[in-house]
Amino acid sequence: MNIDLSRRSFIKLAGAGVVASSLGSLGFGEAEAQELAHIKPFRLTTLTETRNTCPYCSVACGIIMYSEGDARNGQAELIHIEGDVDHPTNRGTLCPKGAALKDFVRSESRLTEPKIRRPGSDAFEPISWDEALDRIARALKDDRDENLVQFNEDGVPVNRLTTTGVLAASATTNETAWATFKVIKAMGIAGFDNQARV
Amino acid sequence: MSTPAPAPTTAVSNPSVDPLTPNLSDAAIMRASATPNLPEPTQQMEKVAKLIDISKCIGCKACQSACAEWNETSPEIGICDGTYTNPPDLSSEMYTLMKFSEWENPDSGNLEWLIRKDGCMHCEDPGCLKACPAPGAIVQYTNGIVDFVSDKCIGCGYCISGCPFDIPRMSPTRNVVSKCTLCSDRVAVGQGPACAKACPTQAIVFGTKDDMMAHAETRVDDLKSRGYDRAGIYDPQGVGGTHVFYVLQHADKPELYSDLPADPKISEVVEGWKGPAKAVGLAAIGLAAVGTVLHSIFGKPNTVSAEDQSEAEELVDAELGAEGQQREEV
Repeated sequence: MNIDLSRRSFIKLAGAGVVASSLGSLGFGEAEAQELAHIKPFRLTTLTETRNTCPYCSVACGIIMYSEGDARNGQAELIHIEGDVDHPTNRGTLCPKGAALKDFVRSESRLTEPKIRRPGSDAFEPISWDEALDRIARALKDDRDENLVQFNEDGVPVNRLTTTGVLAASATTNETAWATFKVIKAMGIAGFDNQARV
Repeated sequence: MSTPAPAPTTAVSNPSVDPLTPNLSDAAIMRASATPNLPEPTQQMEKVAKLIDISKCIGCKACQSACAEWNETSPEIGICDGTYTNPPDLSSEMYTLMKFSEWENPDSGNLEWLIRKDGCMHCEDPGCLKACPAPGAIVQYTNGIVDFVSDKCIGCGYCISGCPFDIPRMSPTRNVVSKCTLCSDRVAVGQGPACAKACPTQAIVFGTKDDMMAHAETRVDDLKSRGYDRAGIYDPQGVGGTHVFYVLQHADKPELYSDLPADPKISEVVEGWKGPAKAVGLAAIGLAAVGTVLHSIFGKPNTVSAEDQSEAEELVDAELGAEGQQREEV
């Protein structure tokens, strides 16, 4: 590289450099450092708080959901979820799954309506609640009529239905859990679990 | 004017959604990187601290999860490297990390699972801040929080070499360094850090440093009564104490906890470069400037004697004459 720089202009440049760095160290660099504090604005301010229960397991931790917009016309966007300190179960704490609940709610693959995978199909398709419940009732009744084991090999009555399994929700009240258990066991269903153990 | 935020004394509290005047401002800054003439802070706050009681940790990673949610970071989905540590290291997207180490205690023969929550220790004497050449890119508040201001970060990475705990990480995409802020935005409105609020066993607790120290002492007494004779507090004085500190079952061997340094100190290179070397450098620049001025005053222009002049003229004439002859020949 060939720089066309005379001795005179080299000295001029060097002088300018000395002046600039001296001014800098004399404190004229302060302009850069204005507004030092840069705390992020608190991002829950003015959001709507909604108390709810964590849906994962039967511990049923209390949570507070923070959302923006009006939930009454379906315009709310969920911004954040954290534990509810006023809740007697968890007193504000959460497990790693509960602490990441927002991503569960906002997940693209979140199930928001009943779906069915029809025989021979490889994909789930939406189905109405009415149709879903009718189909489940029909299938359950048919299966029970066909496969209920009323007596074991020794002739002892057992009333056991082993060909249907039921998976229930976990975040329910004691009363709901009691009723669910009674209904399922009254039908003789042996394979019965809740979502918390999945 | 909105209501002033309460003082941060605990993480067990639900945040308010009402607008509050944050209690961390310019007036509470006690140190800022590359800003030697920082005005004295007018807002003196009580020192805060986060205590991590390793003996109570169950390794559930709720803190990691809560940290990523609050700071809106998205750590890469990693791979299992044979331990429960995941991701394998801190990153610009993961400010805190549970580090799992297994240790066979030679005294008892027991296999102990020592789980340490790694992350910024918020040193009283922060090496990152000392090393940083960007004015105001790293600040320390009077309550002890050391915070990075990304807007002013120049991405040089000096803070990484300045940190005795190897905490800050450079973002490969944004080219700025990030780390745990002790949830400064939450603390500013009187809340505690997200990790401490989420912790289901209260292994992480937050409050004033005095309260946390008193709590830590009761924990150490409890551990000692359970046979952990060497239990103790890890609040390293080499960096002036820290605002995130541990209760360790084996305080005599902090290295057991995924290489926690026994006596962390700011690297001598940083101390030297930002201390004596700076003075020496400035002195050299000053001397050079003084020398230049003196030389311009006392230095004389080069003089040419009459003999030299005439000799030179002869030489030139001879050369020109020779050239002239050559030209004629051509």
